[in-house]
Amino acid sequence: MREAVFQIENLTKVYQTGDVEVKALRGVDAELFHSELTVMLGPSGSGKSTFLNILGGLDTATSGNVRYRDHDLTHASDRELTRYRRDHVGFVFQFYNLIPSLTAKENVALVTEIARNAMRPEEALELVGLKERISHFPAQLSGGEQQRVAIARAVAKRPEVMLCDEPTGALDSKTGILVLEALTATNLELGTTTAIITHNATIGSIADRIFHFSDGRITEVIRNETRLAPAEVNW
Amino acid sequence: MHPLNIKLFRDLRRLWAQAIAIALVLACGVATLILAVGTYRSLEETRSAYYERYKFGDVFASAVRVPKSVADRIAAIDGVAAVEPRIVKPALLDIEGFRLPATGLLISVPAGRTITVNDVFIRKGRLPEPGRVNEVAIDENFAAAHRFDIGSEFDAVIGSAKTKLTVVGIVLSPEYVYALGPGDMMPDSRRFGVIWMPEETLASLFDLEGAFNSVSVRLLRDTNETAVIDEIDDLLEPYGGTGAYARKDQLSNAFLDGELDQLGGMARMIPPIFLLVSAFLINMILSRLIELEREQIGLLKALGYGRAAVAGHYLKLVLVIAAIGIAIGAAVGTWLGRGMTVMYTEFYSFPFLVFRSDLDIYLIGAGVSLLAAIAGALKAIGAVFALPPAVAMRPPAPQVYRQALGGLIARTRIFSQIANMALRHILRHPLRSTLTAVGIAFAVALMGLAMGTLSSIEFMIDAIYYRTDRQDATLAFASARPQTALQEAERLPGVISAEPYFSAPVTMRNGHYERQLEIIGKPPGTELSRVLDLDLDPVVLPTSGLAVGDRVAQILHLRPGDIVHVDFLDGERRSVDVPVTQVIQSYLGLMVFMDIDALARLAGTGPRISGVYLALDSSRLDALYRAVKKTPQIAAVALQGRSRQRFRETMQQSMGMMLTVYLTLSIIIAFGVVYNSARIQLSERARELATLRVIGFRRAEVSNVLLIEIGVVVAIAQPLGWLIATGLGIIVTSSLATDLFRVPFVIEPRIFAVSSIIVVIAALASALIVRRRVDRLDLVQVLKTRE
Repeated sequence: MREAVFQIENLTKVYQTGDVEVKALRGVDAELFHSELTVMLGPSGSGKSTFLNILGGLDTATSGNVRYRDHDLTHASDRELTRYRRDHVGFVFQFYNLIPSLTAKENVALVTEIARNAMRPEEALELVGLKERISHFPAQLSGGEQQRVAIARAVAKRPEVMLCDEPTGALDSKTGILVLEALTATNLELGTTTAIITHNATIGSIADRIFHFSDGRITEVIRNETRLAPAEVNW
Repeated sequence: MHPLNIKLFRDLRRLWAQAIAIALVLACGVATLILAVGTYRSLEETRSAYYERYKFGDVFASAVRVPKSVADRIAAIDGVAAVEPRIVKPALLDIEGFRLPATGLLISVPAGRTITVNDVFIRKGRLPEPGRVNEVAIDENFAAAHRFDIGSEFDAVIGSAKTKLTVVGIVLSPEYVYALGPGDMMPDSRRFGVIWMPEETLASLFDLEGAFNSVSVRLLRDTNETAVIDEIDDLLEPYGGTGAYARKDQLSNAFLDGELDQLGGMARMIPPIFLLVSAFLINMILSRLIELEREQIGLLKALGYGRAAVAGHYLKLVLVIAAIGIAIGAAVGTWLGRGMTVMYTEFYSFPFLVFRSDLDIYLIGAGVSLLAAIAGALKAIGAVFALPPAVAMRPPAPQVYRQALGGLIARTRIFSQIANMALRHILRHPLRSTLTAVGIAFAVALMGLAMGTLSSIEFMIDAIYYRTDRQDATLAFASARPQTALQEAERLPGVISAEPYFSAPVTMRNGHYERQLEIIGKPPGTELSRVLDLDLDPVVLPTSGLAVGDRVAQILHLRPGDIVHVDFLDGERRSVDVPVTQVIQSYLGLMVFMDIDALARLAGTGPRISGVYLALDSSRLDALYRAVKKTPQIAAVALQGRSRQRFRETMQQSMGMMLTVYLTLSIIIAFGVVYNSARIQLSERARELATLRVIGFRRAEVSNVLLIEIGVVVAIAQPLGWLIATGLGIIVTSSLATDLFRVPFVIEPRIFAVSSIIVVIAALASALIVRRRVDRLDLVQVLKTRE
């Protein structure tokens, strides 16, 4: 049995918008294991992004328990969550979220300057196959390249956890494969616990496990006996 | 209500803080305009109505003793409308309960006819009647200063004896709106009063029966003033005429001119700064708003709203902000204007002075503010107008950054990525960053200008009272006396030392440049009243030749070594050529100095003295004052300590108000500019900042992106502000320089530091308000949306 990195018990999240209560999560129980790659599938509004945000310390739970190793994320202060994100988590988003005024290398350096055990920015960019474009600004890079810079930025600090919210959502299939290859490479080479949200069910075949979200709950967990390489996925 | 108008109100409510910041800057422009123009008009129009109604003279002249028949010959000069021959003499006053000797300027009231030039406004009582020798009318400020009313009495030391005078009237004269006593720099109505007496009394007291010693003339419209002055000079020459002069050189009028110049300068200089800054701010927030609302603009157009309707919607937003600014500015401007007018009534003596709040000033104020606001909005609204709906619905093209300064920032390892972001953002918007810096620089400059003016005045006080005229008192004799008067003065109680001076009225001429002034003769190497060179070091007057004040040198185009022609207007009325040996520093009046003996020889008067400068033992002042009050040869006493104190008080009062106003103005500018630019930055970079938070930067670190950018711009603004302050200061002081008064603009590093500190604090405060918004960034929300 592998070591559980995240332990989630009866997690709920309620958003209060004016008079309307939106129950985004209605009691989720799950465990994520060390160096495991999971894919979260489910329709819009099923709660997968909320789940990921709480794991990443971007949002807090309404009730229930979330533990990352020996950290209690449910009751952590803003300062502790910032520390947690800085030391342990790498994020990748659908819209890349690069800093437009910084070059690829500088976007990565942004993280390596504050992380404890970071690799050199060049090293991280080489990992995602972008070594030649390190002094380009985001506006001078294609969507796929931008997303790979974002991945390089996320992996550069050798995070224990990688959380990716629709990393291929804005990309065509060919570029999407490059991005997923970068993610699986990190997962395999650095042993990073990785969670990927996607709308594309076929991507599930690159994962160790697939979580199906529906109406604020995990309704099904599928374990893949073998993982496919991203290039083998039939888009 | 129309949905677009509802949107307008909601937008305003959302942007209220920014809208108010802009409205306040605009309000400063409107307020300063209304203040300056309104006060200018009040003063100018009141003055001209007063001059007209009370027949203020156009030409003035004085002489020693002129037979009355000459007045008819003056009246016969072409263009002369009225002539008022009169007797004007200074006299010492002894007022019960007032320890110090005061000086009265006695003016004759003609018998059996009305005053035809320089008439008086009677506030209370009446003018003295012929035959009642002791009746006087006194000027209102003098009356108020001593609480004199009809029936009050005081003594004047006239001729050989004290004369008791009874107040029968309290009056004001257009000739003494600004009533300056001899040797004073500021009006001191306790020590100086203008006193109207029956002509026959004065004539008999000063032995001027059938004669006059002063004349004022009113001219017909379009008369050649210079020609009249020349003819009067010719007519008065045999009677000791000391040169006629025009209204513009009349002391009280010249001071009013100076004040009006100052107000006019303020109206031209200060409001445009605010209008420019507010136009820039409007441009900045409107451009951003429109960028954010691209899709809405596209949608409105797609729904069928015309280009004009959509552009008009944004224009309305600007107009509402402008209207708020105009309303605040009009109210504050009126309030300040009233305050300023009240302050003027303390300095200037008018029968009435009300703040002129004419509608057209407000319309002009509103008009230029609207223009500034619209000018600021023009570019952004033009963009709304031109944006095709299909393009509008797509997100704008991404911001392209380039390696700035040839990649210098990237190569220099000293900057963190956070600093990198801030610096590149500045360079990405060079125009906006520059204008922001200029706006902040103006805030620094206004503060520097105000404090620089104050320090310039301190410098003048030091130069005049502590370096140049270091005597405790100046006694001016009624007429020039032999040198034994010096020993008499030395024997007065409490006198430690005395220095004589001799003043000779002359016309100085260099080619076609000509000026009437007095040459002052002093012994070489005086200790009390000194002559200073351009470096403010004392000068030993040469035994021949003139030391010419810088202003005179400038007017007459003189340099050391030049020969200047001097016509003495006194005594034998000699004409001589004299070399200029030195140009010296002078902040007051038209100063020309010469060795006292050399001057006497040149004028052919023999050794004479016009007065003495005294160093006094302060414990024996009362005895001195008592003695002086009994000495009829002394026409006036100037007390340096009191003059200095009065100068300081007056300056502190008016400067206090000025500093408060400028401090407020500069804080409003600094706050308005920094707050708005920080809000815009935050709006543009919310996503970047949220990303930084997500990847683990702390709140403080993230705020640094904003603070560094603002910090750099504010830092660049400082030297720029110092430069503008110095430039404005030099322009202001040199435009205000008159023959009477010149203030050098003195600005010290301390002033730069204080102005910068104030502006930096205001900037920091507004940046920190915006920082709180960084702390409240919604991370999840920001990441989910595409810019």
